[in-house]
Formats: sequence, C-alpha cells, structure tokens
Amino acid sequence: MGTETRDACDLKRMANLLRRDIVEMIGPDNRGHYGGALSCAEILAVLYFYKMRIDSKNPKWVCRDRFIMSKGHAVLTQYAALAERGFFPREELKTLKNLGSRLQGHPDMCKLGCLEANTGSLGQGLSVGNGIATGLKMDGNPANVYVLLGDGELNEGQVWEAAQFAAHYKLDRVVALIDHNGIQATGPIRERMDTGSILEKFRAFGWAVSEVDGHDTEAIKKVLDSCDNGPALPKAIIADTVKGKGLRIAENKAAYHNNALSAAEYRCAIDELSRLVRR
Amino acid sequence: MNKAQNPREIYGKTLLALARENRNIVALDADLSKSTMSVYIENELPAQYVECGIAEQNMLGTAAGLALTGKIPFANTFAVFIAGRAYDQIRQSVSIAKLNVKIVGSCAGLSDFSDGATHQMVEDIAIMRVIPNMTVICPSDANQVEAATREIARYHGPVYMRIGRGDMCDISEKGADFEIGKTYLKREGTQLTVFSCGIMTAMALEAAEQLEGEQISVRVVDVPTVKPIDRESIVSFCRDTKKVLCAEEHSIIGGLGSAVVEALRMERVETDFLGIRDEFGQSSNDLDALRQRYGLTVEEIKRKIREMIAS
Repeated sequence: MGTETRDACDLKRMANLLRRDIVEMIGPDNRGHYGGALSCAEILAVLYFYKMRIDSKNPKWVCRDRFIMSKGHAVLTQYAALAERGFFPREELKTLKNLGSRLQGHPDMCKLGCLEANTGSLGQGLSVGNGIATGLKMDGNPANVYVLLGDGELNEGQVWEAAQFAAHYKLDRVVALIDHNGIQATGPIRERMDTGSILEKFRAFGWAVSEVDGHDTEAIKKVLDSCDNGPALPKAIIADTVKGKGLRIAENKAAYHNNALSAAEYRCAIDELSRLVRR
Repeated sequence: MNKAQNPREIYGKTLLALARENRNIVALDADLSKSTMSVYIENELPAQYVECGIAEQNMLGTAAGLALTGKIPFANTFAVFIAGRAYDQIRQSVSIAKLNVKIVGSCAGLSDFSDGATHQMVEDIAIMRVIPNMTVICPSDANQVEAATREIARYHGPVYMRIGRGDMCDISEKGADFEIGKTYLKREGTQLTVFSCGIMTAMALEAAEQLEGEQISVRVVDVPTVKPIDRESIVSFCRDTKKVLCAEEHSIIGGLGSAVVEALRMERVETDFLGIRDEFGQSSNDLDALRQRYGLTVEEIKRKIREMIAS
C-alpha cells in the first residue's frame, strides 16, 4: 500500500518502459495518440511510482490519491502505468481499443475501475477533480487530487471556470499538471490558438504556480513534494515537455498527435526504447 | 379547480428536508439559488451547498466529482442552462460514467414567460432523453415534485428532473405513490387516451371533464417519467381507445409524445401531439396569453380531442 519509492534512475527507466508499453499497445500500422502520451511519461512515472498513495490490491481505497487524465487521449500512458503498478495484467494492454476491451480509446471508469473519471472531450477533468476535492474536504479526507491537462486543452473555456472555482474555494489538494509540449492536434499552439503565458494566467486566477522540466524525474519529484507543504491554494505545475518524446520520428511533430507507425518504424522504435529500458 | 402550489418552493423545501436526513446530499447552483430554491439549503445547511457561480459546465463536472466521493449532488439552475449549456458535461462526466448526479432544470418550458426564447427551454426532455443511462422526470404537480425529489435521491444513477416556475394545480394527493418509470391513470374514459406530463396533465383533466358534457369520454394518463417510459402500461391503455393524444409543454419533437409513439410503434392506433410546434418561445407579460399563442390550453386540448373523435 502507498508509495513505492524509486530513485531517479529507476523512474527514468520506468518512463521509458511506459513509452515502450505505449508503442506496443498501439502496435504497427495502427493509429494512436503517440505525441501527447509520450510527452507525459516522466510525469506519470513519478506520480504512479513515487508520489501517489495508491494500492493496486485495493483500487477504491478511500484514502488514495486520485489521478485524472483530463487530456483523455493520453490515457495510454496511464494504462501502462496502471499495468506496471499491478492494477491489471500487462497482457491486457494488448487489448487496447479491441471491441469489448476495458481499455477504451479514452478512459472509461465503468469499464476499468481503477480509473477515476471519464474524459476524452477536453476541458472537463479539472472540474471533476474540483468535485472530488470538494467531497474529500467535506469528509476531512486529506488525499491529493492530481489532474493532468494538455496545454492545447487550455483552449477550452471550462478549464478556466474550473480554475476560478478551485481558487475561490482554496482547494489546496488540487494539483493541476500542464503537459506543456507546445503542440496541439493541428500544429504549434502559438500558431493555432495561442494560450499566452500559462504561468501568468494561472497566477492571475489565484493559483500557486511552478514550472518544471517535464522530463526530469528528480525535478518532478521535488516540485510534487513541495505541493504537499505549499500555500493553501490550488497548485499548477507547468511541465515543459517535448511532444512525442522518446520516439524520434514523432518528436515535436503535430502529425504524430494521432498517427500510425509502419512495421519497420515500429520495430525500430521498440529496439530503441528497449535499449533505454535495459540501460 | 384544485389547490395550486409552487413546485420550486416544494422542491427547495423537500431537498432541505432530505439534506437534513442525509448529510451526503449536496446542492450545487450557478448563481440562481433564489430562483431554483436551492437557497433553502444554502441558508440552512451551508456546509451542504456549493455555489458554482455563473459557470454551469464546471458545475456539472464538480457534481460528477462529488458523486465520485459518495455524495448525492443535486445540480440546479434553469433548464436551459443545464440541459443545454452543460450537455457535453452531462454526457461525458456524468452519464457515460453512470454517476449518481441529480440534474434539476428549473423554470422549464414557457414558465419563464417574460424572459423570452433564450430562457424558455422547450427542448430539454428531448436532449436529456437521448442520453443513455439517463432517467428523465417531468412531475405534473407540486406533490409529485416532492415525491419525485425523494425518489430520485434514493435511486442510484443520473437523473434529469424538470420543474416549472409558476404554481401548478394539484392532480395528486400529498404523499401519493410515486415510482420512477410508472404511469398514473387519473381519469377513466373509453374513446380516447391522453398521455401528458407537467402542467398539461391538469389541463387534460379539465378538458376531459368538460368534454363529458359533450358525451365524449376521455381517459387521462399522467406520465411523469418520460424515460424509462412505462411501455407496457402505455400499450395497455390505448388497446381499447385506439386514439391517443400526447400533451406536453415541450417541443413535439423528441419529448413525451415521441416517447409514447416509440412505445406504441407496434400498435395500430391513431396518435397526435399537442405541444410546441418546432419553434422557440417569446416574451409575454402574460403567461396565459403566451400559452394560448402556443396552443397549450384546455380549449386547444378539447379542440384536438373533438377533431380526433370525429375522424
């Protein structure tokens, strides 16, 4: 039960293991959301293997920390983390998006009980996190609520309704992580729909804001730990990341937001990630 | 005419009573608590009230999150701002996840008569009914509002309940039986069956009574649960009359009438609709004049019935 502490080297390896799981899950010649899933691998590795108090034997443990993948298309990373953490057999990752599978293209908690919310249509996860945090507060339950949002997702107005709410009620257990990879489905955010300074926006809404290198597991650990004793405000962590990180063909390319690898590209990716995992 | 009571008042007081009995009941509102009457909880049990500001989409997501911690959230605002504006949140955060969220659309239909089309929700039953896992209730008097509020608090799962702004004539006794998914035979008749909900049930009963003097015998069946529709009873009620009129304060597209006709699709019966004919409402300083403009009157029900009986 609880935290499974790992050192930085292990967490780095874990992030790459999650990446290999993601590539295997999608498989050759299948479309999948590589870009946004790969960019948040370190964030999920640190959350699931260092930070969150969770229990794979008791997924509904009332004191567990909650994680909501608001950018639901990146649920592949969460599936990988849950499987590696023992919430369901790794074998099941192969069933991704098969008819009848518990592993839907976007998270469905009715099908896979260790998920905390249903997301997919962007912009809704932070509101659900607010509700969970409000309910926990009413019950005096000190669990943390982590919500991962995409930077493109910040285009959605509901995110700012939620930001306003969390600040108004000083939901200090809410930690919003922004996977700031700078690219949305159709191109660079700055060109498609510029979100401006994410830091200044959250700060103006009354949040405590930090920035971190989203691929530096040691730095992510530190910033998440600092949230535990931070001010009585909701916390936003802007994690600078690279879209498609770890898959050379996909890095920093909007085209791989949702795309397929050929059989040759697939083999190459698996080899490359396997080398990183062994190291 | 029977006693009239205000459904919003009764709703607010019932919710407060329920919240006193069960501290897991939480009311949310989007800056309209004084209209939806969630203000009773806000004032009396502030720890069980969550003001969400004028931000309905976040309110529905918040309600979903509260349900995930075992609360029984009642999300309140005008029907148009909840069933319309927060549709995707109701669909994804609440309904696909089958969460125990109660969605209460206030001031529905034409009841917010002076505010005009933007505030007069005549499409909510249709858009809530089409969502899988959703239960849709349109109580027909204030006593039913009370009973339905208690019943939906007990029921586990997403529910949409629509409530009007103005007083409603009693068509049932206080404390009368109310079950989700059940129809209520309010008046026996042999020539035609009226299925109705909301304010139209009291009007249908009045129309049926007046038509008795013209030797026209009309059965009136109240259908406060539009989904799941009580198909068996709907079918059995029109096997003898063969003529069916559906009356509702809602668009004739997708509402109670559509649900009834779907239930009757294998039956050889003549059906017609009385409701809003695919148009928006408009402002009126007089509710009766507005209802008359859109054909939601006892006279119009009588005219329709006479027409159907004569054919």
